Amino acid sequence: MATLYRPSSLILSIVLATLLVACGGNPSTATSTTAVPAMTAAPATAASAATASTGVTTAAPAMTAAAAATASTGVTTTSGDAAALSVFAAASLTNVFKEIGKNFEAANAGSTVTFNFAGSQQLAQQIGQSAPADVFAAASKATMNTVVKSGQVISGTQRTFARNRLVVIFPKDNPAGLKQLQDLAKPGLKLDLEAKAVPAGQYSLDVLSKASSDPAFGSDFQARVVKNVVSYEDNVRAVLTKVTLGEADAGIVYTTDINGDAASKVGKLDIPDKLNTIASYPIATIKDAKHADLAQKFVSYVLSAEGQMVLAKYGFIPTTGNAGTGALVPLMLEVK
Amino acid sequence: MAQRVVPQPRTSPVVTADAGRPQRQHLWLLLASLPLLLFLVVPLLALVLRISPAVLLANLVDRTVAQAIGLSITTTLTSTLLTLITGTPVAYLLARRRFRGHMLFDTLLDLPMVLPPSVAGIALLIAFGRQGLVGRYLKDAGIEIAFTGVAVVLAQTFVAAPFYVKAAATGFGNIERELEQAAAIDGAGPLRIFRSITLPLVWPALLGGLVMTWARALGEFGATIIFAGNFPGRTQTMPLAIYIGFELDLDVALTLAVLLLASSFVVLFVVKYILSQPARAAWDR
Repeated sequence: MATLYRPSSLILSIVLATLLVACGGNPSTATSTTAVPAMTAAPATAASAATASTGVTTAAPAMTAAAAATASTGVTTTSGDAAALSVFAAASLTNVFKEIGKNFEAANAGSTVTFNFAGSQQLAQQIGQSAPADVFAAASKATMNTVVKSGQVISGTQRTFARNRLVVIFPKDNPAGLKQLQDLAKPGLKLDLEAKAVPAGQYSLDVLSKASSDPAFGSDFQARVVKNVVSYEDNVRAVLTKVTLGEADAGIVYTTDINGDAASKVGKLDIPDKLNTIASYPIATIKDAKHADLAQKFVSYVLSAEGQMVLAKYGFIPTTGNAGTGALVPLMLEVK
Repeated sequence: MAQRVVPQPRTSPVVTADAGRPQRQHLWLLLASLPLLLFLVVPLLALVLRISPAVLLANLVDRTVAQAIGLSITTTLTSTLLTLITGTPVAYLLARRRFRGHMLFDTLLDLPMVLPPSVAGIALLIAFGRQGLVGRYLKDAGIEIAFTGVAVVLAQTFVAAPFYVKAAATGFGNIERELEQAAAIDGAGPLRIFRSITLPLVWPALLGGLVMTWARALGEFGATIIFAGNFPGRTQTMPLAIYIGFELDLDVALTLAVLLLASSFVVLFVVKYILSQPARAAWDR
């Protein structure tokens, strides 16, 4: 008996070992892929669950709350005629797109919008791996280009719909005594930045490098600031959270991140325009979009006067030739 | 044991007379196991096949990769050692004493194993971060944990220690108390009993548990990135480097993934082999 079962026990042990590795190793990163953005996107999911359920009740009253919940997690539910648009959007768009999504649903009865908010680079990867997205809204041209290169967005169909600028934030009690940008180089300051792969991370490095060529900062400014970095986060919202919690002395985020709840918890230090990198946000429909028509409608809506007004309300710079105020009329003409 | 030894002469002729049947059953069982087996093995195989050995070797000298490997080794060994020291008394207590709240205590130990690691990360941050429940007092004493290697070790220990404690508690629980009592009657002191009776019987369980803890610590990601952050050479362990690498440089991610896979497999397999040795010797006797 013992000899008979030995080979099978060997196989079993191999399987067990692989299983263990699977638990401890790879999939841990796989689960975390969802876990980490989930932390920052949690309010988003909750809100879209709410919008999804309202949208669903008007379209198909029979659908349960549970079904609405699954719809909100981004799993495309093929239920009835209610079209669920899947929008992959940069983490910095979390608040503004939730409002735009709600308005869009109100304007297009029977349709629901579900969002997947995360770092643009991560979304680009997901779309490259054929994740079920209808629309991609990125925080940088570089990340949009990744998707264009993968063939999921037809080159030339992307449109810039907003611009944004960076700002230095610190916890309300300002533990490091930050008074001017130069203070970012103070020895011992704990600076939280985004990883270079994240658009905001690359923009932040651009700011530091521009400052280094300014005599007011000194040529070693970037090197001294980088020495203070305690972590390179996976998206801009993680930086905001850690500064809000008071765990980091300073962080660099978009001006638009400081609204609502965060506004009362952080102080900010403006970065002058000559040093600031203006981030541009491109949007495009995905080539294999399940709801191509609705996707196009959504993109048009974001570019419309109405959409641009919401973006402006959240501090984004609307995209017209003369970026800034009162540029909504030419934009309406542009979008036909 | 005794039950197995006694019927041996009776069962062996039966097996030889009807040798075909167990063999056939064996085959069916193997076939039924195949789907899950393949499902588990194929993705791992895909990972290994995706990257050429040349690229793998070239990436090994990459600074980020080397740093991540070094950091993973030191932090997981530290957290495993920490678990051994702090977890053994807990396991012993759990196995040998029945007290009010025993089940509550036991369930609390299960929690880190079932909680999403991101929950562990947030919990650790708001407990030991410098604004945290405990962290604010540590800060007054000049100790700041978040964003350091210590945070990495704490995150790993938090999620991985229960694996050891559970295994060790089962091990302690399986020892027949009569053996220890007999030694006590013969005049052995508690330390002597532990060294000559308990430890020789329980070590396979302890080792098995430690390896589980180490493997879990090696794969720890969610709690680490939230509590310790992500900084190459300081808090960026292999799983973090794999995650960031997936978005920045897929080859780096693949190299580390394959390495993690291979090292985990080898360690788990070797330990399993060692543990199976005494059992097999007893079986063949």
